[in-house]
Amino acid sequence: MNEQIMAPKKGLMTPFNIGAAIIVVAGIIITILRFTLGLGAVTNLSDYYPWGIWIGFDLMVGVALAAGGYVTSSACYLFGMKRYHAAVRPAILTGFLGYFFVVVSLIYDLGRPWRLPYPFLLGWGTTSMLFEVAFCVALYLTVLFLEFSPVALEWLGLKKARNLVHKLTILLTILGVVLSTLHQSSLGALFIPAPSKLHPLWYSEYIAVFFFVSSIVAGLSMVIFEGAISHKALHHRMGKEYLENHDDLTLGFAKAASMVLAGYFTIKWVGVAAGNHWDLLATGYGLWFLVEMFGFIALPSVLYAVGVREKKFGVIKIAAVISVLGIIVNRLNVSIICFNWYLPSADRYVPSWMEVVISLFMVTLIMLVFRFIANRMPLFDTHPDYRDNH
Amino acid sequence: MSLSRRSFLFGLGAAGTGLAVGKTASASTGKEFTGYPDSYGVLHDISRCVGCRQCEGACNTVNDLDAPEKPFTDTSVLDTKRRTGQESFTVVNRFEPKGKRPHFAKIQCNHCQEPACASVCFVRAFKKSPEGPVVYNPDICVGCRYCMVACPFDVPAYEYDKAFSPRVRKCTMCAPRIAEGKLPGCVEACPKEALVFGKRDDLLALAKERIKKHPGRYIDHVYGEKEMGGTAWLYISDVPFEEVGMRTDLGSKSAPALTSGALGVVPMVVGLWPVFLTGMYGMTKRREKVAAQDQKVAVTAAVQEAEAKAAQELEVCRAKAKTDQEKALAKADKEREAAIAKALEEAATKEVPPETDETPHGEEA
Ligand code: SF4
Ligand code: SF4
Ligand code: SF4
Repeated sequence: MNEQIMAPKKGLMTPFNIGAAIIVVAGIIITILRFTLGLGAVTNLSDYYPWGIWIGFDLMVGVALAAGGYVTSSACYLFGMKRYHAAVRPAILTGFLGYFFVVVSLIYDLGRPWRLPYPFLLGWGTTSMLFEVAFCVALYLTVLFLEFSPVALEWLGLKKARNLVHKLTILLTILGVVLSTLHQSSLGALFIPAPSKLHPLWYSEYIAVFFFVSSIVAGLSMVIFEGAISHKALHHRMGKEYLENHDDLTLGFAKAASMVLAGYFTIKWVGVAAGNHWDLLATGYGLWFLVEMFGFIALPSVLYAVGVREKKFGVIKIAAVISVLGIIVNRLNVSIICFNWYLPSADRYVPSWMEVVISLFMVTLIMLVFRFIANRMPLFDTHPDYRDNH
Repeated sequence: MSLSRRSFLFGLGAAGTGLAVGKTASASTGKEFTGYPDSYGVLHDISRCVGCRQCEGACNTVNDLDAPEKPFTDTSVLDTKRRTGQESFTVVNRFEPKGKRPHFAKIQCNHCQEPACASVCFVRAFKKSPEGPVVYNPDICVGCRYCMVACPFDVPAYEYDKAFSPRVRKCTMCAPRIAEGKLPGCVEACPKEALVFGKRDDLLALAKERIKKHPGRYIDHVYGEKEMGGTAWLYISDVPFEEVGMRTDLGSKSAPALTSGALGVVPMVVGLWPVFLTGMYGMTKRREKVAAQDQKVAVTAAVQEAEAKAAQELEVCRAKAKTDQEKALAKADKEREAAIAKALEEAATKEVPPETDETPHGEEA
């Protein structure tokens, strides 16, 4: 098994490793503070801003960016883009890790995290959008785990179990799409009961649709973006099929992303028109809205289109980065920046440095686990024993 | 002061029994809900409030809250605008509407008829009780703080400093006191009768009566009658409500009514998506199968054609080879005969020509 060669020994003192080590140590210390002294000791959360970046970034952005899993697997298995097959595994893994760490962040953020199962055990708060989010995320995490398990089972050499799970692929994919549709949109719908608190340019009765559509953009862009990074860092781990189809996949996803972004751009305007909020565009928040619309939605849509037509992969990569930033901007706008926008600046929320470190801690952990798995398990490559079996 | 002037109750004992029966309410099923009949509320007449903060003090006492830095008699705290907090379930703020005397307005939980906080809680820790108060159960609260995000009046506060048992904190409408037949602490303490406790329906009638009785004094609006689906706490004022810090852009749709549309989509997604996706998968499969079949047919045809062609070519080759062979044989025969003849001739003449030199010359030319 020539493909199973371990990562080349580069030594442990790479800049990435040093940075990661510092963040991990700081993260552990703050974790201890958080769970012994309470939320107040480490966060800037207030009664006006009960949700900070652990929700606005870790949860909202985390879930959106983890959409690559369902986007890729449905493109490959349901919409007949078989040639993207090689991209499914890394996308599922990032999806799984993304969701896993969303739950970890939630444990940091909840006042009494050990009661996390209560909604399912004690009070079925079915009128709550959060109940739907929690329910779907819990189920989807299981689905992602199962979808990813063949990789681990191949690694462990458990053929029977692997083939059994493999038979469920289509069922799991469909389940994954249904659950993703529900909770991606519900994250936006969390704000539907609070029209008075979110700025009218961002509040819309269509906000659930916005969140769902933009999650597709996030998924596509993340697959392109991660592909580009992995390609550099983990080239030695990539199988022939992955490498051969990489460019093809990038072009296909970039084309899709360009179109979905264009659609997203359009329905966002429909939202403004439905609320008849044109006058607000002339305000400071209106300007910020225009920046989001043109800088982070229209621009990457055009760049993607140009990149595809001219086959310029550099342009596509830039478009992917801008799209991902656009998702971050949008989720932070909805949950923090344009939330309680009418308050005087003294009452506004700015995250504490410790909240930021914990968010970085989560991102770092995701990258470390991803690297660990990619260097050991058949992620960018099918295990030689199963090559023809898909 | 008589109890009946600050309460619109004509039998508090009856109220007690009513509470004891107390069925639990779920004000959150998304159905049309116009409030419990005979539920209680409080009417706050902003025109009467003098900002003495006695309600704040009483609330602090009856709820056993921590003592604030400055005593409740200190009115300098009115210089900054405050909101409710974990140790202050109610606060009074001062406002200076243009060209008018300073006004004061008390805020606390409004005990909505269809509370946002209750509808968004995923463990149902908040409940609208049939008696009126919106009550909170700290024993099941997970601490997600969605209730705080959703409350349109920015009321609930959180105990961020507690690591192990943080709670959401807010006014209870003094539900325990009502059950004992007592008035809410703040209502009892108000020296100006700016607060009146009673059945919400009666209070609504009282509010409208006051507005009608003093033409030109009050703004013609009972705040809380319709706001966010209606609240148990009602307000009347002699200055526009936005000038005393109250939001007038809330609309009359309650939080659960707003959410029900989005929730209604869920069964659609669950029902239709799998059908559509399976269809998609089926079509893809079929397309692949058809493509595979077409390919197979094409391949067979090509192979047959190629085979036929090859056979034909082979035939041609064979024929050609045969004639070639015959020709070659004939040629060889001729050559042999010629050679023999030549040899015979040579033998006869015994002359040898310089052949080796001539051949390269011929090739060069
Ligand atoms: S005012 Fe806020 S906390 Fe009070 S019942 Fe209404 S939504 Fe709940
Ligand atoms: S913080 Fe507690 S009461 Fe509020 S929504 Fe969450 S679980 Fe419910
Ligand atoms: S009703 Fe009771 S808890 Fe509410 S503000 Fe008045 S005294 Fe405080």
